[in-house]
Amino acid sequence: MAHADSRIASDIEAYLAGQQEKSLLRFITCGSVDDGKSTLIGRFLYESKLVFEDQLAALETDSKKDGTQGDDLDLALLVDGLAAEREQGITIDVAYRYFSTERRKFVVADAPGHEQYTRNMVTGASTADLAVILVDARKGLLTQTRRHSYLVALLGIRHIVLAVNKLDIVGYSREVFEQIDAEYRAFAAELGLPDVVSIPLSALRGDNITQSSPNTPWYSGPTLVEHLETVDVDDDRAGEPFRLIVQWVNRPHLDFRGFSGLIPSGVIRPGDRVRILPSGAESTVARIGTYDGDLPEAVAGQSITLILTDEIDVSRGDIIAAADAPPAIADQFEAHIVWMSEDELLPGRRYLAKIGARTVGMAADHPKYRVNVNTLEHTAARTLSLNQIGVCTVHFDQMTPFDPYKDNRDLGGFVIIDRLTNATVGVGLLNFALRRADNVHWQALEVDKAARAALKRQRPTVVWFTGLSGAGKSTIANQVERRLHALGHHTYLLDGDNLRHGLNRDLGFTPADRVENVRRSAEVAALMTDSGLISLVCLISPYREDRRMARDLVEDGEFVEVFVDTPLAVAEARDPKGLYAKARRGELPNFTGIDSPYEPPEQPELHIRMSETTTEQAVERIVTYLLNRPAEPR
Amino acid sequence: MTGGHPQRSWTGAAVKPLTHLQRLEAESIHIMREAVAESERPVMLYSVGKDSAVMLRLAMKAFYPSKPPFPLLHVDTTWKFREMYAFRDRTARELGLDLIVHRNPECVRLGINPFEHGSATHTDMWKTEGLKQALDQHGFDLAFGGARRDEEKSRAKERVFSIRSPQHRWDPKRQRPELWRAYNARTNPGETVRVFPLSNWTELDVWQYINIERIPIVPLYFAAPRPVVRRDGMLIMVDDDRMPLEPGETPTKQSVRFRTLGCYPLTGAIESTADTLLDIIREMLLTTTSERQGRAIDHDSSASMEKKKQEGYF
Repeated sequence: MAHADSRIASDIEAYLAGQQEKSLLRFITCGSVDDGKSTLIGRFLYESKLVFEDQLAALETDSKKDGTQGDDLDLALLVDGLAAEREQGITIDVAYRYFSTERRKFVVADAPGHEQYTRNMVTGASTADLAVILVDARKGLLTQTRRHSYLVALLGIRHIVLAVNKLDIVGYSREVFEQIDAEYRAFAAELGLPDVVSIPLSALRGDNITQSSPNTPWYSGPTLVEHLETVDVDDDRAGEPFRLIVQWVNRPHLDFRGFSGLIPSGVIRPGDRVRILPSGAESTVARIGTYDGDLPEAVAGQSITLILTDEIDVSRGDIIAAADAPPAIADQFEAHIVWMSEDELLPGRRYLAKIGARTVGMAADHPKYRVNVNTLEHTAARTLSLNQIGVCTVHFDQMTPFDPYKDNRDLGGFVIIDRLTNATVGVGLLNFALRRADNVHWQALEVDKAARAALKRQRPTVVWFTGLSGAGKSTIANQVERRLHALGHHTYLLDGDNLRHGLNRDLGFTPADRVENVRRSAEVAALMTDSGLISLVCLISPYREDRRMARDLVEDGEFVEVFVDTPLAVAEARDPKGLYAKARRGELPNFTGIDSPYEPPEQPELHIRMSETTTEQAVERIVTYLLNRPAEPR
Repeated sequence: MTGGHPQRSWTGAAVKPLTHLQRLEAESIHIMREAVAESERPVMLYSVGKDSAVMLRLAMKAFYPSKPPFPLLHVDTTWKFREMYAFRDRTARELGLDLIVHRNPECVRLGINPFEHGSATHTDMWKTEGLKQALDQHGFDLAFGGARRDEEKSRAKERVFSIRSPQHRWDPKRQRPELWRAYNARTNPGETVRVFPLSNWTELDVWQYINIERIPIVPLYFAAPRPVVRRDGMLIMVDDDRMPLEPGETPTKQSVRFRTLGCYPLTGAIESTADTLLDIIREMLLTTTSERQGRAIDHDSSASMEKKKQEGYF
């Protein structure tokens, strides 16, 4: 900003007027500490005069103490934040930095490049329009260069700057630069990255950062900052069909009803015809309301409040779209999933997905394949663990308006939330719908559950017995079934051990297989409920979340959770199948209660404390409970 | 987005690109609406400074024509500048907003002050503890704060939606990845969320916005003759007679202003004659020291901000 100082001093008003017309560019820098990434960002801050005297004094002290540049300033020290990472000497999270030039304001996502931090790169790339990929001129393209390029391409970044750094160390060699450039272009073409600009640099010495370097007379292209200031990255988002994600229904009084949200794409004007998704209702824009008065038009990137001419039902999470180019609606998709949690993806488990302003129930099938981010090869996979990327079929529990991710990040990207911890465990990018609303028609069945249940004169129910191995689940369930049968009820006992001989023969005891085991058993029980039966399910089913999933498959009041609560010591002493002994010898890994957790139910319909009751009393209590429920659901 | 190149809409008409301030404003409004929609009892922390002033204006815009659907909370220390209190009460009254003022009753009882107890204890007990008390007492599950990522190195990695444990601690390892505009604001029982709508604003952005929007700010930001003494290299304003003077110390009237506002005994003034907004911005652009230098609490130790954050300081 130094060259602007005189203008600031003489005519601040004119200077500010110019500053207010600045645009904004968000970009990500990819590379590791070794590539000089922190030094490059430090250089941006330093050159744009954003380092103040007090910070500079601190930097000089730090450079002498922790620096790697001898007596020179170590600019990398300007950007590392947390004490933990300062000690480790690596960047462990995405950091956001700000600098500006005469023409633009920049938001830099500084993401570490180590493989284990795919999560952070993906996070940083999600809001960026351009990526600066650093390459060490001595080393050329590395595995990590491919990884970074794949990830930014996956996240929808189209503009790449290949920063060939440390050129000073290779004698500012034109050959080295041109070879790296050519190799990279071939690779970028494979990934479908349309816009690549390579720039020869030394972040340490400042070559071609803000000023053309005399050391590279053979290079006639822009400096890094020149390019960042002028590159057109908008990709014409205003040129896409109009969408508004409804965040909040604005209703200060009875005479005003507006729909507040941000426009991810397109342009809107009063009089435009719009369609509400997923309801499909149509209306016309009456006004575009803001605090600063009504607008004649609003464009992608603005936060507005739309007032429609008709009184129609619109809620948070809905999409208001151009009536003649609305998004599709679906509940089954193919998606790329990036996993971000230490706990692996459990196919079939119910998670939450937040897409736009809508939160829906979600489950993923086993991955079709996993992508090796280093080689881009597809490999078979049964699950995804931290920092792995795969392609899966995902199911939402509601019809959801969407655009493919490549067309619209806001309507095609979603975060995956664990229902118990509420942590963000992964993200998904929708590729396309596998089943659209317009080709799904539920066959209207005349003989339905109520009709079948009426024939049996019983209330269809899932009685779900959960508890440790050897707790007595099957013994009790058998006797309950005998009693119900004698009373003329049509029952069926689904026993975990028996199911594992047939339907679930292919499953083991890993957490993922346990989830699938419970899921299949729950689905069978739900079918039996639909057919009017009372099913008794005996499964250890150690995870709370999976039992909740089973409960959600049937209607309210149709699920009776029976916690057969036997202390571990008692179950282990009984050990009817000799399994505890085996587990203690280490022959049975993942055994519930020994080296795999059991999450006890929090609010079971029936809690049977086996240390305080006999089997007969337990059976009596369950049968009484089942028979005394109201005949119809509440 | 490039200045001067009009885009075409899909119907063919030319569209004016948004400026960086328009984009920042739209982003902050989006964040606020999302936070309100996803929480039960939101509150806005109002510290009376310029960042709070901008945040408050953005809230007025986000929910217009409705009033912002949350109260303002001022965690008071009783040691703020008198002009700040007057400005605070006037602002809440004029905008018709609920204002909650919380003073840690233990601090009131013990008479905690920066002179006898030191700046660290003073700040910790009034502000850090006071904030926790206020949030717990009113059962707020989400609080807006005006912090910016450019203020300090340890803030560069702060999320827009930051989850705090039931003890209000910030754990860098438990922060959630934040992608696109899809914020996860869900909490477990006892957990709360701090939301920072100004995350991507810089100090210059804030001043530019105040200028364009004509947002009222506390007069202390403008230079005026004020009684000050020089202590530990800082110019401290003698705002009332509670301030003990050292032997031989006499307040002198000097033309000074403040770049940041806090407790008056802990906030350094700068010598200045800038008494208009444009003069302030000019001085800011030509200045050579960073904004936080005027705050005594940051000098305590190198990574002091990070430590404070883990303990629950905003």
